[in-house]
Amino acid sequence: MWKTIKRWYHQLGSPRYFYRFCEAVLPWLVPVSLALLAVGLVWGLVYAPVERYQGDSYRIIYIHVPASSGALMGYIAMGVAGLVALVWRMKMAEVMLKALAPFGAVLAAVSLLTGALWGKPTWGTYWQWDARMTSMLILLFLYLGIMALQNAIRDPRQAARAAALLAVVGVINVVIVKYSVEWLNTLHQGATLKVVGESSIDASMKWPLLISMAGLWLLYAANVLMRARTEVLSRERRSGWVRRLVRGGEA
Amino acid sequence: MSAPSLGTVWRASLRRELTLIWRSPADIVQPLFFFVVVVSLFPLALSPKPALLALVAPGAVWVAALLAVMLSLDGLFRRDQESGALDLLLTAPVVSVVPVAAKLLAHWLLTGLPLALIAPLLGYMLQLPVAVLDTLMVSVLLGTPTLTVVGAIGAALTVGLNRGGILLAVLVLPLYVPVLVFGAGVVRTALDGLPTGGLLAVLGAILALAVSLGPVAVALGLRISAGD
Repeated sequence: MWKTIKRWYHQLGSPRYFYRFCEAVLPWLVPVSLALLAVGLVWGLVYAPVERYQGDSYRIIYIHVPASSGALMGYIAMGVAGLVALVWRMKMAEVMLKALAPFGAVLAAVSLLTGALWGKPTWGTYWQWDARMTSMLILLFLYLGIMALQNAIRDPRQAARAAALLAVVGVINVVIVKYSVEWLNTLHQGATLKVVGESSIDASMKWPLLISMAGLWLLYAANVLMRARTEVLSRERRSGWVRRLVRGGEA
Repeated sequence: MSAPSLGTVWRASLRRELTLIWRSPADIVQPLFFFVVVVSLFPLALSPKPALLALVAPGAVWVAALLAVMLSLDGLFRRDQESGALDLLLTAPVVSVVPVAAKLLAHWLLTGLPLALIAPLLGYMLQLPVAVLDTLMVSVLLGTPTLTVVGAIGAALTVGLNRGGILLAVLVLPLYVPVLVFGAGVVRTALDGLPTGGLLAVLGAILALAVSLGPVAVALGLRISAGD
């Protein structure tokens, strides 16, 4: 097991192998993710039963929850990639870090937007400084900060390592932010806002949610691999295999 | 040449940093001045009603202190980078964390500490009851070192960039959120007459985390910016 992981780590650490991996995986990853997303969304938005208290408005959960969880997982993945990039100086971790940011930022924005739209009919307000909303807003700021730092530094390796350090610090920060705003919120507003818990959701509503979640996560993964592939080609443009590829040969 | 002991490095670095800041008093006075000006904008913008001011005072003082620390950090490494001292520091045969930590301590002693000392006065001007002024001072005292360390990570990463100032704000302000929440929260809790020990302990815990891991991150950030 450990040996397999180690070999996999070293193989994916090679840009050329990584490129081949992307070429092999992407042709089915994109359609599968889109198909799952379509099934989950249609099932959830059209066929899932109406919620007793919230009526049809709850259906935005099928976009909101996958987007929120994707944004959070993406940031944690950036932290892990950042740690790997800093400690082992693995080039592909730098590439992944850069590739993870844009889609994650979009998901955080989608999460905030759908949350606002959901909040209006159920809580009577588009925005409230609720713990979860505030954490997601800070998460969006952190994503934007990392992208801004990467844009500001010209040298790609230096930009990636700077972003890696910021991502690691940011992950520690996200945890503290979460507890701090929870404390802030519970002190002042009490639990006026309740989000449907995982266990308290009926199976007829849960399955479409899980499917659209899987679909969106896989779409995120596909987007990351596409961005990473482009970045690899750009970084390795002077190497032999990229030159052969450009002339129409095998990678 | 054998490497000097860490104690020697620490003392020499600290003396150097303190001397440098001490000889340019503007670096000490300007953040303080900024702090006072920003706080005095609040009564002008909101209204001079004492009840309202006391309500917003914890947040106003804390936001102003936070911005003062952040703005003072923009130049933290710039002068050393321009003079080349930063490269010497990074290539010296000692762990770069030690001089970096000395730099952070010196910066806090001459900017964060004065802010904490003057904070009660500003709180009083914003009509905070005298009974909570000591809590305000302690919270700023516990919070500003964290602000210095965390902000220094951002300053280290942006040291060689042209548009350092605004980029530094974008990077660092989201990282300041926990300190702001707990710092201003402690004062509000004191205003409500509730015990503040637990929240001050949380601020202290964040401080311990920042002080123990922060200098390492700052040194790493400087290495990255130097193109390592």
